[in-house]
This record gives sequence, structure tokens and C-alpha cells, in this order.
Amino acid sequence: MRKILVLFAHPKFEHSAANQALIHAITGLENVEIRDLYELYPEFNISIQKEQEVLFEAEVVIWQHPFYWYSCPPLLKQWIDLVLEFGWAYGPGGVYLKNKYILNAITSGGTKETYGLEGRNRFTIKELLQPFEQTAKLCLMNYLPAFHLAGTHRISQENLAVSAAKYREFLIQLRDSDVLTEESLAEYYL
Amino acid sequence: MEGFLPQAIVFIIAAVVFVPIAKRLGMGSVLGYLIAGIVIGPYLLGFLNKGEDVMHQAEFGVVMMLFLIGLELEPKNLWRMKNLILQVGLTQVLVTTLLLFGIGIGLGFSWQISIAVGLSMSLSSTAIVLQSLKEKNQMESQVGKLSFGVLLMQDIAVIPILAILPLLVVAGNLPESAGIESHGLIENFPGYIQTLLIFGAIGLVVLLGRFGFGPLLNWVSKTHLRELFTASALLIVVGITFLMELVGLSPALGTFLAGVILANSPYKHALESDLDPFKGLLLGLFFMAVGATINFTLIAENTSTILGATVLIILLKTGIILGIGKYKKLSIPENLSFAVGLSQVGEFSFVTYAFALQLGILSQGNSDYLMAITALSMTMTPILMVLMDKFLLPILNKRKAIEREMDEIDIKHKVILVGFSHFGSTLGRFLRANGVEATVLDFDPDQVDFLRKMGFKVYYGDATRLDLLHAAGAEEATILISAIHDPETNMKLVEICKENFPKLEIMIRSKNRTDAYELMEKGVKHIYREHLDTSIRMGQDVLKLLGFRSHTVHRLGLNFREYDESALAILSKYKNDEKKYISAVKLQIEQQEALLSGELSRKFSLNDHAWDSESLKEAANKN
Repeated sequence: MRKILVLFAHPKFEHSAANQALIHAITGLENVEIRDLYELYPEFNISIQKEQEVLFEAEVVIWQHPFYWYSCPPLLKQWIDLVLEFGWAYGPGGVYLKNKYILNAITSGGTKETYGLEGRNRFTIKELLQPFEQTAKLCLMNYLPAFHLAGTHRISQENLAVSAAKYREFLIQLRDSDVLTEESLAEYYL
Repeated sequence: MEGFLPQAIVFIIAAVVFVPIAKRLGMGSVLGYLIAGIVIGPYLLGFLNKGEDVMHQAEFGVVMMLFLIGLELEPKNLWRMKNLILQVGLTQVLVTTLLLFGIGIGLGFSWQISIAVGLSMSLSSTAIVLQSLKEKNQMESQVGKLSFGVLLMQDIAVIPILAILPLLVVAGNLPESAGIESHGLIENFPGYIQTLLIFGAIGLVVLLGRFGFGPLLNWVSKTHLRELFTASALLIVVGITFLMELVGLSPALGTFLAGVILANSPYKHALESDLDPFKGLLLGLFFMAVGATINFTLIAENTSTILGATVLIILLKTGIILGIGKYKKLSIPENLSFAVGLSQVGEFSFVTYAFALQLGILSQGNSDYLMAITALSMTMTPILMVLMDKFLLPILNKRKAIEREMDEIDIKHKVILVGFSHFGSTLGRFLRANGVEATVLDFDPDQVDFLRKMGFKVYYGDATRLDLLHAAGAEEATILISAIHDPETNMKLVEICKENFPKLEIMIRSKNRTDAYELMEKGVKHIYREHLDTSIRMGQDVLKLLGFRSHTVHRLGLNFREYDESALAILSKYKNDEKKYISAVKLQIEQQEALLSGELSRKFSLNDHAWDSESLKEAANKN
């Protein structure tokens, strides 16, 4: 059973039905810790030591956030800037994150179709998330494909409930499965 | 001119006329006073005939100055200066004395006269040098420190010099002279008792400084009567002077010692600001007296001898000090200021000439010559300094501009914090935690004592007094913070600062809205209503406990404060227009209504569309 750390960043969680459903679905799962960054650090004063301690304990890390302007909300970027220190997360002696799994779990207003060569966003999610992938790589972590809940602008209550349940299944798989690869997880993505 | 009032009028008019002119011409006040003295002296207008008498009285100004200088020097700093005082100061005194002795012998004077003159002339004028350094703000510079070290050694040297002079008589079998004033009342005791009494007197000064003056000042300051505090300050200085004269020590040295002991006391700045005017006036009087003693008839009759001797003395002293400065690795411009600044013969030599005259070492004629040379040298060096500062140093400095800048590090802090109660102390702690040391002023003697025990450097004093602000370094400071709760005091402080220190950035704690309006009208840019931040923060926590998201609450709080501050600015303008028509009470109600009606505040909360996807959703659903 792996330890999962969900680093959740949403500046206006109270207005996000999609993220509320997702977070609700995974709350209370054994060995899953959710850190609500905007609630913990409303003034952006991130405790680096605390974050590193929690991070070190985890085996799977999930950056869960809305996909704003092809990236994450500013507090999560702040978290990356501050917590992934040189000499701790990367560089000489920076081995504390080695071999951990990491991935993004994102929500987007636009549908899956808009992300691709033909869509109006022109690039795939995998391409757009490359900065995160490379960040993980530099920290010697295994970067897994993103969990992507798309089309939240038009999603129905029922569909949202189904997606949330699948997110829960996805996390249980991350926690319990013997092997974690893109292939082994394929059926659990949306 | 006889009588106190006419004399006072003459002195004051002379000072008021000449000193500003001298200042305007960039010559410094010392030269202005000297010229004023020459003009009212016996050889020009003849208002003042006995310069020596006035000078003797006015020497008290020098005593006060040393007390004030002592106040600026903490004991540990003085201890750090001991090498400087011994090496630089002693070298200067001994080498100058020896050379002058040699010259004296060479010119055919008796060895007694040569020694007496050598010792006297080796001293420089504490009054002139320190006054000039202070005026030029150079006390903290390398030159200032070295000069001070030399002057301090010279002041100490006064004691052995006075002891040596009578021995010359014995050794030379000159006629014994009676009634030597300078050794005070204890001269009739045997030597060992005299020594004991001298040490006893010094010990008494130290003890009083440590344990006596503090409680006295504390007790007096609780009455909040300023004149009583001034009186106590004067009592300290006059008392010590009296004691020192009683045992035949230099009063200047005694008060200096007391000053050093009180340098750590919370009353430092208050003492400084109270005594400063007295010191200034007395020194001015002293310099005028020096100007008046210059015997122009004698100079006119023996122009070449006296001028030659004066120039020789100045050159000799300059040369010796230049050598010391070079050894101390001063740059050329620094070394020149150092050497020329100290090149005159000091006021103390007037005392030694008189003493030597009494002892019969010097004849009246010799003494007159020496007095003329001394007074002339005291007048010439300020002129030389002006010429150097104006013409020579700018040329030299151009080449050395980069090296020079590092010299003048001022120990006065850039931030002055007024009021150290709960508000001020929190502020002060925060600044200190971030490496910003402020000069702290407070008006509650008990509070000051308590905080001092806790290790804070707090000074006692009423910050609405201009002189105290000067003493605290308001001229060099960049920011003045007032953490006082009383609006009237704050208003007064603002007025004083705006008028006297226009460059100073003022940050004021204000009690409420009305208070803030008035400060705004005065043009204060940084106003801090004492309850604004805390009440908003409390409101934020209420919202959090009610389940609002932290970051949202954080933003709401910031927005509300911004809204409230801008509403204040808008309403303050409105207040001016309606002032004539609406009574203050009505105005208050109206403003409260405008604020509480909530029209504005509700709008701003509802207008928070940050990260709002509603409109996006609507657009998406239309398609």
C-alpha cells in the first residue's frame, strides 16, 4: 500500500463544482493525504520544511488543480519554486524524491477535443504539461500521464458523479497496484 | 561699557551680526565669533576691554562641551580609544614640546621658559577644533576620531603640566610665588593627602554618575517640568566643575568623565538638548573673548616677530601631526584637515601663561607676546581651514573621490521611533528582528527605565521638542515613526518635522478617522489608523470560522482595507467642502452612514469575479 499525497490548489474552491466532487470522492481514503494549499497558505507563505517532510513520506504525489492558462494556479507554482529546493529535490545531494511517482490531476472547462492538433488549444494535454513532466524528471521522479477531467463547463451532475468515482478508483489503483506504468493504469483514466 | 545688560547687548549684537555673515561666507561659526570679538575688542570699537576676564568665565562653555562630548561616548567606546589616545595623543604632545624646547634654547631663552612654552603650545584648542568638526559633521569620521583622541590626551596632559610648572621654579631657584589659584583649596595639605583627595573626587564623580544622577533625573523628570530638568542638568555640570576646581583638576576632564558615564543613560538625549544652547552661547562668548584679547598694538609694533612666530608654530604643529597622520595611513586630504585643524595653540595656554607669570617663569613682556601669538594662531587656523576646504580639498578630493566616501559612517540610526508603549515596542521589535535599529524616544521615565533593563536602547525625552529631535539625529535620519497615541502630540510632531526636517519621511499612528483627516490635511502620506488592521483581521477570522475559504478571506480583507483607505481619502476632500455648513457631529454621522449603508462595501464583495467561471459556462452552453 503506497502513501499518496494530493497537493490540491484551487484559489476559489467554493465555486468549483468539479473539484469539489473530485476532492469529496477521495476524502477519507486510507493512506491518502490531501493538502489544500490555498487553505493552508492563504497568504502564500509556504512552510518549506513542513512541505518537504510530507513530500518525503509520500510515494505517489498528485498535483491536483484546475488547468488555468495551460498551467497551474500561482500558489502551486510557488510551491514548486520553494519546496523543490536545489540540493534537496535536485542537483548534488538532491535525491529525496528519487523514484517517487508523480502526476497532474487537472480539470478543464474545454472538452478533450479542444486539446489536440485539430482543437483550438492546438496541443495535447501531454504536450502542454511538459514543464511539469520535466520538473519531475529533474527530481528523478517517475512522471505518469495526467488524470484529466475535461468539459467541466457543460458537465451534468450524473457525469460528474461518474467521473469522481473513477478518480477514486484511479487513486486506489495508484495506492495498491504492484506495478505503476502508463499501460497498467490505462483503463483507469477518463 | 559697564554693567551686565549693556555688555550682554554688545556681545549679542556682535554675534548676531558677524556669525551669520561668516556662516554665509562658508567660514564656520568659530571664525565669525572671533571676528566679532576683534571688532568689539579694545583695538577697534573698544566696547570690551578685559577680554581675559570674560574668557575665564566663558571657559565654562568648554567644560560643558566636554560633558556633551562625553555623553556621546560610551565607556566601552572610550576604552576602545585608549591606544589612539596614548599613541597619537602622547606622541603629538611630547614631540611638539621637545621641538619647541629645542627652538627655545636655540633662540637663547632659559630652559625653564622653553619647557613652559613648549608644554603650553603643544596643546591645541578643544573648543575650536571640536566645534568645527561638529559643524562639518565629521565627529564620526576617521579625522574626527583622531582629532578627538589627540584633544583628549591634551586635556589629560593638563594635569601633569600644572604639576610640573612649580617644579621648574624650585629647580631653577627662581623666587617662590604665593597664592597659586589653580591648585584650589587643598594645596595646603601634604602631597599624599592631595593625591588621595584627587582620587576621591574622581571616584565621587564616577559613583554619582553610576548611581546618583540617574535617580535624580528620573525623579525630576516625573514632574514633567522642563525647566527643572534643565536645572538638574546644569547642577550636574556646575557641581562637578566646582568639585574639580576644589581639588585642582581640569573641570573639563571631570565633566567629560561624568558625560561618559551618563552616555548609557536614558536621559542622554534630553541632557544634550537641554545643555546644548548653554554650551553654544558660552562657547560663542569664549571665542569672542579670544578675539578681543588679541593685542593689535603689540602686533603692529612687532609685526614680523609675532607673525613669524605664529606661522612657525602653525607650521611646526602641522608638520608633526602630518607625520602622525601619515603613520596612521590617512589619505592626503584627510591628513591635511587633521593636521591643519589641530595646528593652533589652545585656550588652555592662556591659563598656563598666567600661571607661569605668577610663578615668575615668564616676564610680563614674554607673556604678552605669547598671548598675542596664541590668539593669532587661534584666529588663523579657522581661516586656513576655510581656505583648504574651499580650494585645496576639492582638487585633492576629485582624485580620491571613491576612497573618501567610505570614511564617514554615522552611528546615528536612519529610523527614529517615537513612543515605545505596546504599539511602538511591537513595531520596534519587528524592525530589530529584521536588522533595523531605530533611535527610540519615550516620555515615560518608568517605562524607559524598565525597557532599558530589558536591553532596549530607549531614550527619555519629549519628541515635540526640536532640540531633542536634533539630538536624536532627525537631520540625518530618513524615517520618523510616531507610535504615540495622543493625536495632539502627533499633530505637533508633524508640524515640527514638516517645518524643520522637510526631507524626513513621517509615518504616523492615528487614533481614528477624524484624526486621520487632520493628518491628511497636514500632508502626511503615511497614516496608520491603529484599529484598522486588527479589526479587519479579526473579521477575517470570523469569516474563516464561518467556513469561508482562507485565501478568499485573505483577499477580501486586503480589498476591504484598500477600499476603506480610498474611501477615507475621498471623504476627507468632501469634509473640506462642507466644513462650513455641517457641524462636526452631523458630519460624523453622515460619514458613518455613508460607510455603514453598505452600498459600497456590498458592491465590492459581490464584484469579486476572480476565477469566476459563470460567464464562461454561459458562453459555452450557448454554443
